[in-house]
Amino acid sequence: MSEASKLDRVLRADGDLKLVAYMMAGHPNKKRSLEVGKKLATSGVAALEIGIPFSDPLADGPVIQHAGQTALEHGMTVGACFELAAAVAEEGIPIVLMTYINPILAHDPRRFAAEAAQAGVAGIIVPDLPVEESEPVAGWLRAASLDTIFMVAPTTSPNRMESICEHSSGFVYCVTVTGITGARSDLPGGMKELLGEVKKHTKLPVAAGFGISRPEHMKALRGSADAAVVGSAIVAEIDKGNDPVPLVKGLLKACR
Amino acid sequence: MIKHPVRGRFGLYGGQYVPETLMGALEELEGVWHEAKADAQFQLELAGHRHAFIGRPTPLYAASRLSAHFGGAHIHLKREDLCHTGAHKLNNAVGQALLALRMGKKRVIAETGAGQHGVAVATVAARFGLECTVYMGTEDMRRQSMNVRRMKLLEAEVKEVASGTKTLKDATSEAIRDWVTNVRTTHYIIGSVVGPHPYPEMVRDLQRVIGDEAREQYLSVDGKLPDVVVACVGGGSNAIGIFTAFLDDKDVLLVGVEAAGSGIRTGKHAASLVGGRPGVLHGAFSYLLQDGEGQVLPTHSISAGLDYPGVGPEHSFLRDAERVDYIAVGDKDAVAAFKLCTKLEGIMPALEPAHALHQAGVIARELGPGGRILVCLSGRGDKDMDSVEGV
Ligand SMILES: Cc1ncc(COP(=O)(O)O)c(C=O)c1O
Repeated sequence: MSEASKLDRVLRADGDLKLVAYMMAGHPNKKRSLEVGKKLATSGVAALEIGIPFSDPLADGPVIQHAGQTALEHGMTVGACFELAAAVAEEGIPIVLMTYINPILAHDPRRFAAEAAQAGVAGIIVPDLPVEESEPVAGWLRAASLDTIFMVAPTTSPNRMESICEHSSGFVYCVTVTGITGARSDLPGGMKELLGEVKKHTKLPVAAGFGISRPEHMKALRGSADAAVVGSAIVAEIDKGNDPVPLVKGLLKACR
Repeated sequence: MIKHPVRGRFGLYGGQYVPETLMGALEELEGVWHEAKADAQFQLELAGHRHAFIGRPTPLYAASRLSAHFGGAHIHLKREDLCHTGAHKLNNAVGQALLALRMGKKRVIAETGAGQHGVAVATVAARFGLECTVYMGTEDMRRQSMNVRRMKLLEAEVKEVASGTKTLKDATSEAIRDWVTNVRTTHYIIGSVVGPHPYPEMVRDLQRVIGDEAREQYLSVDGKLPDVVVACVGGGSNAIGIFTAFLDDKDVLLVGVEAAGSGIRTGKHAASLVGGRPGVLHGAFSYLLQDGEGQVLPTHSISAGLDYPGVGPEHSFLRDAERVDYIAVGDKDAVAAFKLCTKLEGIMPALEPAHALHQAGVIARELGPGGRILVCLSGRGDKDMDSVEGV
């Protein structure tokens, strides 16, 4: 991408670590998730990641699996996710959609890209779409001016890292743990080295995600990552019927 | 027939739709497999285990009373039920255990539906001194409880999966999540020709011994090939295993039998090739039972081993290429075939191949005397006694 995208601009650490909040569209139901989305959008986070539910989410732990299942039971569809994204994007925050490849294929990738762009979405993450399998889907996303965010993992070899960074726009997502989503008490060893390695391969902002949930994690990430993505911890609050904003505020404080 | 995937695909189908975390392990596995395949020492070792541990070659059996019952066509059974542990699944598990050792991985994991693959993996784990965890849906643990007991005696850890449909699909998802988490120390022994590349090709290569043996055995009877080869299709490993040797025999009709459950029209079935459309599940693009939104649909079959919404990508390719005919047989017909084979031949088949036996009967009546049918009897039926008695 020649011009720096919106995500590229807002997710660059400027002394502060940036925070990206994750929520599942339609969880616990359509109405509540719209309320939650608007609240999170104005809570001070730099961007909001919205999950589109899939029946078989291979990269997700129990909390996000359960949220997705609940959303599907309440009749969530890809179309309804775009409506939610559009409504939340009105708050002026960049939206990143995260979903698996099959709902995109079933929706028709070209139509998916066009409707996402129409909804004001900034970028797309597909955890079961490695760079090798990304065309033609990624091409259509780019053609609709959407950022394509690919993931680097602790098991990624140096030459793959190169290619993943080349294919990414907006930011690079660094999966900090060898594993699936879910809050963990400790950050993994070797995380700083991994983030440093990714930084060597790209000029894009680098966001750390998976397992990150606590203020002390934010402190540990400052200086190594541009942004942190917090998912399961927020989704667990929403699942309990709580307002996730106090949790987010606590995390934000630790970002500064 | 294209028999080797190009960049991980059989035509349109296959690929590697997995989290980035696994890409390195898939690359390693592909390399190790190709190296092992070309290594005479490895082949010798595999042949030794096939002979003394699995009990190969398995016999080709002339089912004369079934033949007479269905109007006189010759029906032969390839006796995979006589493999050690009672099904073809061990052919694959032994090969992959040797690869795990080659990669220096001390832990193996598996998913299982009918429990036959779980038992096979627990067995090779015991034989080769590997740590073993098997994922199984709670619904399948109930209906295949004998195999759960076998796995536990073999000292495998059996983890129950209570999410989703509580059957093979969710067990597979859980096994993949375990692999994503423990990929550095663990090899995932997938039980069928499904999953990301190189699994469909590798499991096919390990199972093709069924057809290689059967073709030679069949020819040795009177120098002729069968008219039709029939096999049941869950993920599709016993079917690919027996079909592969016959793919180039243009005059041999190949028939894959999926589970029609309560009937295709009821929506309660597991026939992905007959009733689905292409999509991605468990790392591969292939025919899939899914709704309009791309959500994977719940399935039903009385047979736990066929109760899966996906199918191996090579089958999708063979379907579109019209090299194999895929049809579906329901619960009732499968149970009747189970009982008939038990009564007439003294061979109690698993419910999975009972689907193929029913179809073999239908084909036998069409062909009449002189017809020549080969059926893959993929496993034995002790595990299914509760299910069958309940019908
Ligand atoms: C005896 C037997 N046959 C067939 C199957 C179905 O698997 P596949 O289609 O991979 O052969 C199973 C699966 O558990 C089985 O136990």
